[in-house]
Amino acid sequence: MTASSPLPDRAAQPASAGSGYAGEMPGHLGDVMVRAIGIEKYFGDNHVLRGIDLEVRQREAVMLLGRSGSGKTTMLRCINFLEEPTVGSIEIDGLKLEADPLHSRSARHLEQIRKMRLRAGMLFQDFNLFPHMTVMGNCIEAPTRVRGIPEGEAVAIAEKFLDKVGLLEKRDVYPSRLSGGQKQRVAIARALCMEPKVLLFDEPTSALDPELIGEVLRVMEDLAHEGTTMIVVTHEMHFARAAADRVVYVEDGVICEQGPPEQMLDAPQMEGTKRFLRRFLET
Amino acid sequence: MAAGLGTEAVKPTAPIVEQIFAARRASRSRFRLIFGAVWVVLVVVIGGGMWLASGADFDFVVRSGPVIVLQGAGATILVSAVSIAVATVLAVFGALARMSPNPALNAVGSFYVSLFRGTPLLLQIYFMYFALPQLGLVLPALIAGITALSLNYGAYLTEVFRAGIQAVPRGQREAAQALGMPERLLMRRIVLPQATRIVIPAIGNDFIAMLKDSSLVATITVHETLFMAQRIGRSAFEPVAALLIAGAVYWTLTIIFSFFQERLERRLARSDR
Repeated sequence: MTASSPLPDRAAQPASAGSGYAGEMPGHLGDVMVRAIGIEKYFGDNHVLRGIDLEVRQREAVMLLGRSGSGKTTMLRCINFLEEPTVGSIEIDGLKLEADPLHSRSARHLEQIRKMRLRAGMLFQDFNLFPHMTVMGNCIEAPTRVRGIPEGEAVAIAEKFLDKVGLLEKRDVYPSRLSGGQKQRVAIARALCMEPKVLLFDEPTSALDPELIGEVLRVMEDLAHEGTTMIVVTHEMHFARAAADRVVYVEDGVICEQGPPEQMLDAPQMEGTKRFLRRFLET
Repeated sequence: MAAGLGTEAVKPTAPIVEQIFAARRASRSRFRLIFGAVWVVLVVVIGGGMWLASGADFDFVVRSGPVIVLQGAGATILVSAVSIAVATVLAVFGALARMSPNPALNAVGSFYVSLFRGTPLLLQIYFMYFALPQLGLVLPALIAGITALSLNYGAYLTEVFRAGIQAVPRGQREAAQALGMPERLLMRRIVLPQATRIVIPAIGNDFIAMLKDSSLVATITVHETLFMAQRIGRSAFEPVAALLIAGAVYWTLTIIFSFFQERLERRLARSDR
């Protein structure tokens, strides 16, 4: 395995534009970007999501917390229809799509889903870079072939975002040569290249060795402070405190409690949230 | 000073470690020596015995051997290479059909695999050459042979490809979907290239098997190794010697391509890491 290089130019500077940010929080948010209404999801007889309403505003960073099995990952995957909700509707940047599980394979519905997905970039626990393409190939594949951007332009966009995650010098390398942290940063650049309206992170650091988590969280924190709209499923409490505008605690397939990170992490109101945090801080 | 420390740090390697290495090297070279010797003995004894049993004239080998090798082996490789290529293409479409949600398409794929795996290859070769003309379709022997081999191996490779496609991690598909790729693009650009890498060793294996199965097209007068051997052997009244030469050709081809196959496999395995 290659030794990971910490972000050379980024590691030095503190998470950008950070201080005093939280105080003026509501002011910097824009209109509603993502709106999930009445999301329910059954896996067979298992009622995993039991009616979730969630609104995320432009430039807002929302963290979903909850025990494993609470439904937070399923909720995230419902937003871009990687899981089709059983009931409910999702709206991203004005494009609304009703769950239609009875016709989930119809060409029309699939095309609508595809349009939704163009508005949401997704990051996975195990990165899912395309192993048969270089870093640059990963970044320009969808922009050129899905959005029809000319290759030269797509490369320029990719260079910009690879530089942003500190991996421009790895542009011609295959993913197998990258550390886990580098892979996830490339995956972030790849998602950004599609210029999505919102980024969805599904436990992006859970598969990483502890010493590689920081470099990924740093990139994500920068994105949050720059006003990227994002929804993050995570177990990293420090990160949630530093980067979240709002923390949402999910339990048994419903939203149990939500609020600004200080309130949620330091003074939760609901019994479920308290129990979760207590157990989390013990370990 | 630092350099001095370095060499001193290397020096105190315990003598027992050196002894273990030496012993291991010795046992490895002894293994290789015996392995090679037994091979040579077996080739000489078995091969020589068969040669004596055939009562062949050495002159015949010098005269006819090169003809069998040059003409026959070339045709064998050509038939096998073209057939495995066509079979691979058929297999991709077969696998896509077998995985299609469309029941009609799926049935066609399933029927194809069942028919060509369920009947003997020799029968399929006969059918292409002797039966199709009665339906008004006359194929030259070479084309008939390649068609039968392609269809037959395509059926086996269909299942191989299907397994290969299913072996591509689910996350790859999800990542492509999340990037807004439509199903066809996702299949062509993301899933199939990775599935192909997975099944390349299996295709190599099938190619080596096909080198030998291609001898069946001798029965429909394709001028490949076995056919040439039989024809030349018959006219020179050395049928057994000719067969031995043909056997040696197939064996040698198999050894050569197995060597490349192993190297390819090792290279694929390495770049996977």
